[in-house]
Amino acid sequence: MPELTKKERMKIPRQPMPEQDSLERSKNFKEVNLGFTEELAKMEALRCLQCPKPVCIDGCPVEIKIKDFIQLVAEGDFLGAASKIKEDNMLPAICGRVCPQEEQCEAKCVVGIKGESVAIGRLERFVADFEREHAGLKQQELKSKTGKKVAVIGSGPSGLSCAGDLIQMGHDVTVFEALHELGGVLVYGIPEFRLPKEIVKSEIESLKKLGVEFQTNAVIGFTDTIDELLQSGYDAVFIAVGAGLPYFLNIEGENLNGVYSSNEFLTRVNLMKAYKFPESDTPVFNVNDKNVAVFGGGNTAMDAVRTSKRLGAKNAYIVYRRSEVELPARKEEVHHAKAEGIEFILLSNPAKFIGDENGWLKGVELIKMELGEPDSSGRRKPIPVEGSNYILDIDMAVIAIGNGSNPIIQQTTPELHFNKWGNILVNEETMATSKQGVFAGGDIVTGGATVILAMGAGRKAAKAINDYLCKI
Amino acid sequence: MYKIVKAEFLAENIKRFIIEAPKIAAKRKAGQFVIIRIKEGGERIPLTIADSDNSNGTITIIVQGIGKTTKELNSMQAGDLIMDVVGPLGKASHIENFGTAVSIGGGVGTAIAFPAAVALKQAGNHTISIIGGRTKELVILEDELKQVCDEVYPTTDDGSYGFHGFVTQRLKELIDSGRKIDFVLAIGPIPMMKAVAETTRPFGIKTVVSLNPVMVDGTGMCGGCRAIVDDKTVFVCVDGPEFDAHLVDFKTLERRNRFYKDDEQTSLHEYMCNYDRMFEEKLTTNN
Repeated sequence: MPELTKKERMKIPRQPMPEQDSLERSKNFKEVNLGFTEELAKMEALRCLQCPKPVCIDGCPVEIKIKDFIQLVAEGDFLGAASKIKEDNMLPAICGRVCPQEEQCEAKCVVGIKGESVAIGRLERFVADFEREHAGLKQQELKSKTGKKVAVIGSGPSGLSCAGDLIQMGHDVTVFEALHELGGVLVYGIPEFRLPKEIVKSEIESLKKLGVEFQTNAVIGFTDTIDELLQSGYDAVFIAVGAGLPYFLNIEGENLNGVYSSNEFLTRVNLMKAYKFPESDTPVFNVNDKNVAVFGGGNTAMDAVRTSKRLGAKNAYIVYRRSEVELPARKEEVHHAKAEGIEFILLSNPAKFIGDENGWLKGVELIKMELGEPDSSGRRKPIPVEGSNYILDIDMAVIAIGNGSNPIIQQTTPELHFNKWGNILVNEETMATSKQGVFAGGDIVTGGATVILAMGAGRKAAKAINDYLCKI
Repeated sequence: MYKIVKAEFLAENIKRFIIEAPKIAAKRKAGQFVIIRIKEGGERIPLTIADSDNSNGTITIIVQGIGKTTKELNSMQAGDLIMDVVGPLGKASHIENFGTAVSIGGGVGTAIAFPAAVALKQAGNHTISIIGGRTKELVILEDELKQVCDEVYPTTDDGSYGFHGFVTQRLKELIDSGRKIDFVLAIGPIPMMKAVAETTRPFGIKTVVSLNPVMVDGTGMCGGCRAIVDDKTVFVCVDGPEFDAHLVDFKTLERRNRFYKDDEQTSLHEYMCNYDRMFEEKLTTNN
């Protein structure tokens, strides 16, 4: 391939992500984004300027060698690119799909200053998919066994990335999962159309091949306490249980039939496969030809509203109290939702839910909001507009306003220190808790955040756990 | 997979299972429950642990076949495998020496009240059990309870056995007879628990009920099991399952339990049709 000049590279437009037709996809659960072809990937990779100081890497919580892997893609060495990514990230097929790259690596990309940044996320996804489809999963070189054992609590993104690193460092690792299936939020929360479960399975399979052991149906705190794990031969414990206690709005009518937390709605559909009911045994409210409102503006809200549309909802609304610019969801998700016919009711807040005489949800009273001065989060504070209340007819509501901390670990591990929201307090450098040999990371430490931040915490903890294990 | 070691009907439609689950057996306390999923594609249902045997590593559950999953479970035999059993979940019963304690079980609720009765006795209470059923065959665990409790009073709605009437009427008789009752635990159908709460309320007797809402994960993650207690929303799986009966909003509980009534009917109907078809096919092949 002829060497391109910087100017020539800058001229190549950002390659579009092939996606399923929006009308078609709003009726199925298949993945929306279809992924780059080899040609698109190579073309996109050529847009990378191969900066001497690749600032994109500063934007990546796990510091993937972005410049190097993109160079390999441009050269057509896709398997080489996959190995390069895996030096820093064990779960690229997942991150390539769900990371908010536009706020991380791609936000730093130099090409993005004048034009559109290099599509790093799409390239990461392409490379991971290529490896899975063409090479099978390659056996990673493992260090010799240290004889040390680590218990990882939770099989979500933080737990999986920590387990992946620890096993490569030569430690024995067992991952404990409370549910019957592995993957945490990757399987119960994020829908198939955004992250196919086959991909999560395959990433977990590759960890199993490396020797990571998994135990499902293990609710740590109840099945075993953390002390019992330490006494039974584990030298260290990593707590990555996620947030896992849904917030509600605390308004009238919230316990009416038809009102769900996003966790429950998504778990029923994703994990329990309620969309196949009665073939699968778990039901979910039948939204066919009904009106659905999802309260919240994050990625989970988008997942829930797009799921309800796929289940046949006539009208599916997002109700969010700020304006479009403040929507915390990824731009891509908002764009996809709109294309699928989701209606956005912005600057509106629910005042109360209204039920019929049998206690079924029939509507919600909304109040219009206007934006005032920025609040502590830096976003403009929504202020209710007096007398602007009106009723929206809905049959199902999903509350997607975040999660508090699950109390089980706190109730059963008195020596750990928690903040007033129930998040575990850790040393931010090492993820070490106040209890010796016990580390924590992910949403149980930060409160609800992103998959990649949880993974970053898992990797940071793995390093610190390795240091700790080498010392004892 | 979790092996069923023993399975036997205690009454029509009510079956007792002894299941190999050594970790749960070693840990569980009275009042706690497990979540069971019998097979791939199955739903997750909460069932209170009725008993356990630590030396054999088994737990006991008692199941009334009402919907598809419980009926399907009740068709399983010793030697069969249950896909998932997770627990022990929920908070253990708060047990202390109250003085005189009455444990009330309605129907299959008797199975759930059983471990609490044992624990109450062990804590030093004078323990009375009132166990009710619609008819004689539905009064269960009388012999087992007699071995543990100081007094056991069976009741039947139709008068076919024991006291003729509801458990609450028998309870009221005890109270009216001047017996000093310090604590009541009631477990059974919602109308029964509500009636017990109303029976003891005027006398200020501390009364606890074990709630049985629809659950999915059973660990606090989904919030589907929320109930209203003392005007506040609680998650029954992690905040309960036992609550002060005088503070529970039974109306909301009852309504939320009807959320999937139609779906449950659909599911059950499909199951029964398939069951009949399988049965017929079996007959045809045998012929």
